[in-house]
This record gives sequence, structure tokens and C-alpha cells, in this order.
Amino acid sequence: MQFMLLFSRQGKLRLQKWYVPLCDKEKKKITRELVQTVLARKPKMCSFLEWRDLKIVYKRYASLYFCCAIEDQDNELITLEIIHRYVELLDKYFGSVCELDIIFNFEKAYFILDEFLLGGEAQETSKKNVLKAIEQADLLQENIDFQMRLFAEPE
Amino acid sequence: MPAVSKGDGMRGLAVFISDIRNCKSKEAEIKRINKELANIRSKFKGDKALDGYSKKKYVCKLLFIFLLGHDIDFGHMEAVNLLSSNKYTEKQIGYLFISVLVNSNSELIRLINNAIKNDLSSRNPTFMCLALHCIANVGSREMAEAFASEIPRILVAGDTMDSVKQSAALCLLRLYKTSPDLVLMGEWTSRVVHLLNDQHMGVVTAAISLITCLSQKNPDEFKTCVSLAVSRLSRIVSSASTDLQDYTYYFVPAPWLSCKLLRLLQCYPPPEDGAVKGRLVECLETILNKAQEPPKSKKVQHSNAKNAILFEAISLIIHYDSEPNLLVRACNQLGQFLQHRETNLRYLALESMCTLASSEFSHEAVKTHIETVINALKTERDVSVRQRAADLLYAMCDRSNAKQIVAEMLSYLETADYSIREEMVLKVAILAEKYAVDYSWYVDTILNLIRIAGDYVSEEVWYRVIQIVINRDDVQGYAAKTVFEALQAPACHENMVKVGGYILGEFGNLIAGDPRSSPLVQFNLLHSKFHLCSVPTRALLLSAYIKFINLFPETKATIQEVLRCDSQIRNSDVELQQRAVEYLKLSSIASTDVLATVLEEMPPFPERESSILAKLKKKKGPGAVSVTELEDSKREGGELNGGGDRGQDTATMAASNASTPSPSADLLGIRSTAPLGAAPASAGSLLVDVFSEAGPTAPSAAVNDDGFLRDLEQPTETSDSLLVEGSGDLEFVCKNNGVLFENQLLQIGIKSEYRQNLGRMYLFYGNKTSVQFASFTTTVSCPGELQSQLNVQTKPVEPLVEGGAQIQQVLNIECLTDFSDAPLLNIKFRYGGALQNLTLKLPVTINKFFQPTEMTSHDFFQRWKQLSQPQQEAQKIFKANNSMDTEVLKAKLLGLGTALLDNVDPNPENYVCAGVIQTKSQQVGCLLRLEPNAQAQVQHTDSPERVSHNYSSIPNFLHYLSPYSVNI
Repeated sequence: MQFMLLFSRQGKLRLQKWYVPLCDKEKKKITRELVQTVLARKPKMCSFLEWRDLKIVYKRYASLYFCCAIEDQDNELITLEIIHRYVELLDKYFGSVCELDIIFNFEKAYFILDEFLLGGEAQETSKKNVLKAIEQADLLQENIDFQMRLFAEPE
Repeated sequence: MPAVSKGDGMRGLAVFISDIRNCKSKEAEIKRINKELANIRSKFKGDKALDGYSKKKYVCKLLFIFLLGHDIDFGHMEAVNLLSSNKYTEKQIGYLFISVLVNSNSELIRLINNAIKNDLSSRNPTFMCLALHCIANVGSREMAEAFASEIPRILVAGDTMDSVKQSAALCLLRLYKTSPDLVLMGEWTSRVVHLLNDQHMGVVTAAISLITCLSQKNPDEFKTCVSLAVSRLSRIVSSASTDLQDYTYYFVPAPWLSCKLLRLLQCYPPPEDGAVKGRLVECLETILNKAQEPPKSKKVQHSNAKNAILFEAISLIIHYDSEPNLLVRACNQLGQFLQHRETNLRYLALESMCTLASSEFSHEAVKTHIETVINALKTERDVSVRQRAADLLYAMCDRSNAKQIVAEMLSYLETADYSIREEMVLKVAILAEKYAVDYSWYVDTILNLIRIAGDYVSEEVWYRVIQIVINRDDVQGYAAKTVFEALQAPACHENMVKVGGYILGEFGNLIAGDPRSSPLVQFNLLHSKFHLCSVPTRALLLSAYIKFINLFPETKATIQEVLRCDSQIRNSDVELQQRAVEYLKLSSIASTDVLATVLEEMPPFPERESSILAKLKKKKGPGAVSVTELEDSKREGGELNGGGDRGQDTATMAASNASTPSPSADLLGIRSTAPLGAAPASAGSLLVDVFSEAGPTAPSAAVNDDGFLRDLEQPTETSDSLLVEGSGDLEFVCKNNGVLFENQLLQIGIKSEYRQNLGRMYLFYGNKTSVQFASFTTTVSCPGELQSQLNVQTKPVEPLVEGGAQIQQVLNIECLTDFSDAPLLNIKFRYGGALQNLTLKLPVTINKFFQPTEMTSHDFFQRWKQLSQPQQEAQKIFKANNSMDTEVLKAKLLGLGTALLDNVDPNPENYVCAGVIQTKSQQVGCLLRLEPNAQAQVQHTDSPERVSHNYSSIPNFLHYLSPYSVNI
């Protein structure tokens, strides 16, 4: 996989993960083009399209589009299920995930993705194992949060 | 999962994000962001040392701002500080910031690498994973330099935790992709391969991606992975849906791993070990069977996962291209999907069938679905699906259905989406040319094309129709008549005017006998379009007019009048003015004879690859051109271009005036190195400037010489040169086209054609990456005695290959005498700074120079008996690994280049072939009998191969033949 983008129906980018080296300008250009292309497609259309020399696999969940760019020999259907598994992971972690969860906890969305996919390839496909890794981190975080709340921050 | 703790990790961050979301305008957002940036900057600069938590919060805010699309130019140092925090979440945010916002500040990189090094050696698996994720996310060369030697150690160490192994495997993969030269597997190879046997499914899932990538690059070193992969696959495929616990996805056992295993196997030819192969075929059959079982769940995830495996299995079957049974089953399965209610499946079925159409085993089976595919083209609501349907129609097209398919494509073009029109036009043009049996149909089709989609008809298309009309005298009259009629339409496309102008200028005389299309009528018709046309078209029309003066002296006065008027002779456009002046002068001072010579009919165009085909390939990459098409082009190309039997490398008119085709002109123009492109600019050469693309194909002698010298240089074998052998070697004995080599960077497609002792090979180098290849050089060499046996000439290629681009190289090959070695192709280029060097054997084998020979049974056996001396025959008995399918065998034998003779051998089971091997020094007749012993199911008897001369390489040549036949 070359990259994954999450964006809203309004075209706002919510998450971007790049597995190939590209400069910021190129990333922005790709994002703009793809968001436009995907948003222009009608609901019942197929989830795959050819774009430049890549294959785009996308699926909409509620207000969010999940969009992956894969290479020629990569498998479209299994990529669709990569998206679904990621959604399941977010859902399980946040408890019925919605777009707001991803906006306010964007760093978590990245951490979960890193446990699931690395370098554009599936690292761990077991839901249980991915969540276990994230959970461990959260236990640590909770302790710190507890400490920190004692010193209320002026903001 | 403690849901409460999620949102309030950093309250300040949440507040900031809310603020941003509440901004009513872009300006308000920018204002709020600037305020925040100022705040963070002052905090970072302040005297008070920030605690870890604050640092984390501010770094996270910066990250958020960056991800919103704003530039961030500070905070890197604070993020780096977080890396060395011993609090997990601070470290985590630090790493995230670095992964997203890394810049190549060398001081920073050193600090980052230090922090990573510490975490890698911390033996804390959570920290190690964070560090590995960071390396994988950044994947820079600096990181590769620092860690490429350390990570394999972590990957294979006995005491490494599973989760760390998983991260290490994919981290290594990422480094290998960016800096393959720095990742040396060497001693680790076998232990990495054995990760396929790991008990932990997650480890296998991660490791296999790495192994696949490494196998593509070093197939030999990793080939033990094949049997391991097959047994792992077999265990998964036969497991019950609950066996694999959390690795079962919607009742499908380990779909990701299964797909990856099947993908890995596609890096290799079918397993040689019979048992392994049997087990694999069983797996593939089971997967095909499962597709017919009722679904275990109604959820789309279940069917997607199941079908993902099925499609990957079909890809493998197509890759092997050796199991007719499986291929036909795959085709039937895809046929079912063509009518599935899921759009996704219809799309994929159309796509997959496209590759099946190019297999000789399944081409016919694919063709049976033509009506469904045509229907899809007409009724699918999604343009990307229609595009797939159009691709498939193109791939399944052959002589039997060309008229139907071209008609359907033409009618689709009238309503086709703008996005795919140009490509459709190219495809129609190619099919019409390739499968034209009568040329009036071809001319009609192309003119229809211009009528329907004139704007999308590129220069290549209308150049081509003119090339063909000029090369085929049987269609010239018809073409003139048809364009004349087409031009009568009140509004016709400018491309039609171009074609019309050119063809009437050359062949208007063929219809001038009819008073309805008398010379003057023709001229007036053309000239009525003149004022509506662009400058290049007007220039072309002026050339047509001067040709008219030669063809029809009676039009001279009228045309001179036109040329003389101010709007021509004082035209503000220099080109038009020059033409008008020169043509006017030419027509008034030159004698009829001179005029006739200068304005002679265009000579035939040299046979060369259809420029349309080249354009389509450029558009779509080598995969777009199906194998059948390429194979066909060998057989049919010459006949269609009409250049084969009389074509000569004369691209310009000036050259043609000097030399008429001599009977000794070589057929492919291989030896002609005349300085064709150097023709002096003259009025005459203007006439052909519409074909200016011919320029680059006929460069000056000087350029040629230069290329020749460079080719003679011996390839410098550097230590890292990698000689790739094997797969390509035998694969191409019986076919001329396909993919010669492919790794993650480069794909080399090959297309070749042979005639007598000459051959022409087209190599297509495709850059699969998004990064430019620099210093791209290729060298072809004939090692040892091959140098005196085979003459291979080529020109240097462009040194830069852009990401995603493809360049082409043409090799001209001349067989001087019998040979047994293959020429070597050495390729060097820089990819991301690293020098890549590889050497391939070019699939040039003696059998390519076979000329099939038909003979009667009587002749065959008479000659057979004459060839009785020991050195005149060779016999070989070998085992057939598979069932001996008649069609398959026939296809292979034809692919060998010989003629397959029917009704010659009294035993109908036997195959009898005859051909003449053409070399420059001699011609060698060969007779061949293949006696399959079907009863024993184990033995083929390859009967004596008899040759009429002492022909030393025949035994070698049989070596080519026999292992290949064994593969059947």
C-alpha cells in the first residue's frame, strides 16, 4: 500500500498515512485530486478505480471516507477488508466510533494504525492483539493523566 | 476498554481543537492558529523549563496544526527531547511528531537516531516497537545506514518477543524498499525464510511481506520459501473456520495471510517437486470449490475475504499458465461473477478475465462471454466498470469476433465518457488495423472513428491510416472514394480534412474519371474547407494542391490562382507563406518531368511498430497489450502493414527519389544505416512533414556509429552485478512476447519478431517506482564465440527514466550462423542514489530463425530417410510431467517456429513438424517428430530430429525444447 487517507464528506482530511517518500507539495496535490475524485462518485459505484498508475480502494463509513492507494499486483478485495478491520479497531477502541473521536484523538487513530499496518503491509490482523498493544499504552497514560489532573492547567 | 480516558488525555489540546472547529471562516482559523503558534513558541523559548507533559501537549498541538495543512518550522527539538522521556506516552507523541514531520536536519537526525538506538537496546518490547515503527514510518536513507544491519538480528533472535519480530520484519521491508543496497540478508536468509513456519500467525503475516519482496529481487536465494509457503497455505485452506481463532475473519481462515502466500508463490514458476506441486494444485482446487459452496455468512466481509483469496488464487493460476484445467475453471468462475449483483465483483472479474484472455489455454473460454461483456459496456452505470469491459473486449478480440467488437466499441464511443474516449479511439484503431481482412472495412472504421470522435483521434491514428493506405495499393481507390464522400458532409472534423487532403493529393486520380468527382470538383471540395482549418491543416492542404497540379494539369491555372492570392502568398504565417511561394514557383518554372519526379507518389512506409500501439502502451503500461495480441502481431503484422514485402527504410521523399526499392533490401530494414534523417530540407520534404515523427527512427549515420561503438564495449562486471537466470530462459523458447524480468523497481517487457535470419526485439523498460531512475544505461553483449555468430545492434536509451514512465529500446538481430549461447543484456541505473546493476539473458534462441515449411507426407519421409548419418539426427526420450493435451502441444510446437504438418505421419497420435533455420551463412532444414506415449502416461518419445547439414547446435536446441515440453 502506498498511502491511506481518511476524509469527510465535506472533503476535510482527517488522517493521512504515507508509506512512500513524497514531498509535502506532492502529498497535498494527491490529496486534493483524490478527495475530489472520490467525492464525485455516486453511492452504488464500485469501490475501486484506477488513478495514475495506482489502484484506489475506498469505502465510506457514515460521514468518513477511507481511501487506500495500492499497487498493481495488490489485491483490491483484501484491501477493502483492511479498511474494514481498521474501522472495527477504531470502533472497538472508542466504543462506537464517530468522526469526532478521530478528530479529537487523532494521535490515537495514528497509533492504532501503526499497530495494524506498518510500512504499508499488514503487521497484525488479529483484533485482539492490536487492541492489547494499545491498551497497555493506555494504562500507562491513565496513570499520568491522574497525576496531571492534580495540577489543573490554565488554558 | 476504558472509554473515559480517551478524550481527556490532554485537555488543552481538546480545547484548541474545539476552537478551531468553531471557527466560522478560514481567516478566523488562521488567526486562531497563529495565536496558538505564538503561544507555543513563547513557551518553548521561555526561561522556565517545561515539564514533559506540557512539552507533549504543545508538540501534539503543532502536529495537529501541521496535519490541518499549515507549515510548521519549529518544535522539532522539543519532539526529539520527548523521545528520551521514560514516560511511554511522551515518547509516543515524540515519535509520532518525528514520523510525520521529519526533516533532513543532520544534527536532528543524529539525535533521533541516538534515541532510537537507545530504545532498540532497551529490551523493553513496547519501546522497541515504538522505535521500529518510527524507522518504518520515516524509512530514510540515514536511518537505513544506521539500523539496516541491526534489525535483521532483532528479527531472527530467539528471545525477541513476537510483537517486536512483526515490527522488525516490516521495518526491514521499508528500509529494503528505500535502500536495497544497505539491507544485506546474507547469513539471515534461511532463518528469515523459516519465519514462514512460525507458530505465531501474526509473525508469519508480517514476515511474508518481507520475504515476498526479497524473493522478487533474489529469487534463487529464497526459493526454499516455495515449499514452506505451500504447506502453510495448505494448512490454512484445509482448516476449519474456527481453528485459527482470532485470525479467522468472518468465517474465513486467515484471509490476509492466504492472499500473501498466494502472492509470494507468484514470484516463482510452478514448483518442480511433484509432491509440492500436487499439494498446491489441491489447494487451488479447494479454493475454487469453496467458491461454489453456500456462504457461511451474509455479511459482505465474509464474501470479500473469501473472494480476495479466490482472485489471488486465480492470479497464481494465470501466472503459471500451465494448468489448462484450472485456467478454464477460473474462467468459468469469473464468468459467474460477470453477472454478480456486487459491482465490485463484476469489476474484478472483468479485470481478471483480461489477463486470462491472453493465455492460449483460456482465450477461447473467455470469448464465450462476449455478449455479457458487451452488455456490461452498454449498461454498467459506473464508468470504471465500463472501462474494464472495454479493456476486456479489446483483450478477447481476434479475427473471429473483430467486426462485432469494433462495431460495439464504435457505437459505445458515441456516448462514451470523455475520460476514456481517447483510449477507446486508440483501441478501435488498433483492432481495426490488426484484424482487417479487407481494407475497405479498415478505412470505413477509421473514418467512422474520425466522424464520431474526431476530437479524440490523435495524430498517431490518422498518420496510421495514411501509412496503410499508401502501403496497400488495393485500397487506395476505395479510400479516395470514401474520403471524398465523407468530405461532402457540411460539417466535418478537421482530422477528416487532413486525411482527405492527404489521400486525394496522392490518389485523387483514381476517382477522377467519374465526373461527380472530377479533379476540379475534388479541389473545390477541399478548398471549401480551407478557411475553417488551423494552420497545420492549411499547410497540408497546400501540399495537396501542388500534388494536384502534378496529378491533374488541368487544375494548374485554378490552383496557381489560389496560391497567388494575397491571403496565401502574403500570409502572416511564415510556413503558409513559404509554401505558397515555393509551390507557386515550382509549378511555374519546373518542367512536367521535374514536377512529376518531385511530386511523385509517396513511397511505401517502412514497416515498424504501429505508432498507435506504442501510444497505447505508453498510456497503459506494458500490461495493456495482451500476449495474444503481441503474438498475433508477428504473424499478421507484415501482412497488414503491407510494408513487409516491399517496405524499405525510406522515410522521406527526398530519399525515395534517389533510390527505388532494390530487391536485395533487407526485409526489416536492419542493415540499412543510410543517413535518412539527414535529407536536406527541400520543398519536397515539406510534403512529408506530417510524418515528422519518422525523424527519430531514422537518425543520421553519425549517431548510429556512436551507438554502435558504445554497444561494443564489454559490460563491466562489477562485484554487485547480479546475473539473473532461470525463469526467463525457457519461458521464451516458444513465445516471443511477455515480461522478461520484473522486480519492485523495474519491469522489462519484451516483444520480438523474426523473419528469415533477421529479428527485431523491442524492450520496454518500465520504472515501477515514483522516483526517477538516473544514469540509465543498457548494454547488449555477445559473449565469447557468440560474437561471431550473432550480430546485435541497438542504440543507447535515454539516461533518465521518470517515475512511472516506460522507455523503449529496439534491438536489431542478425543470425550469422548457428549459435547456442544467449546474448546478455546489462542494465545499470541509479535509484535513490543506489547503483542498480543487473544482467539478463536475452531470449534469442536458434529456433527463432525457423521458417515453417509445408510439405506432403511423401516429401517428408523421403527427406527423413535421406538424413541418416549420425550427426544428422538427434533423439531424446523424456517424461511428460502433465497430461499431454493435444492443443497445448500443438501450440508449443507452433511456438517453436516450425510448421505443424497434418496428415503426414501414419500414426495420428504423432506430431510432425518441418522448418528451415535461416542463418546468414547457411540454411538448415529440420524435420521433427514427437511421439507421445500416452498409454504409459509417462513418456514422450521425441523422434529423431533430422537435419540436412551437420548442424552442431541441434542437440542444444533440443535441450531447449525438451525441458519445456516436459513442462506442458
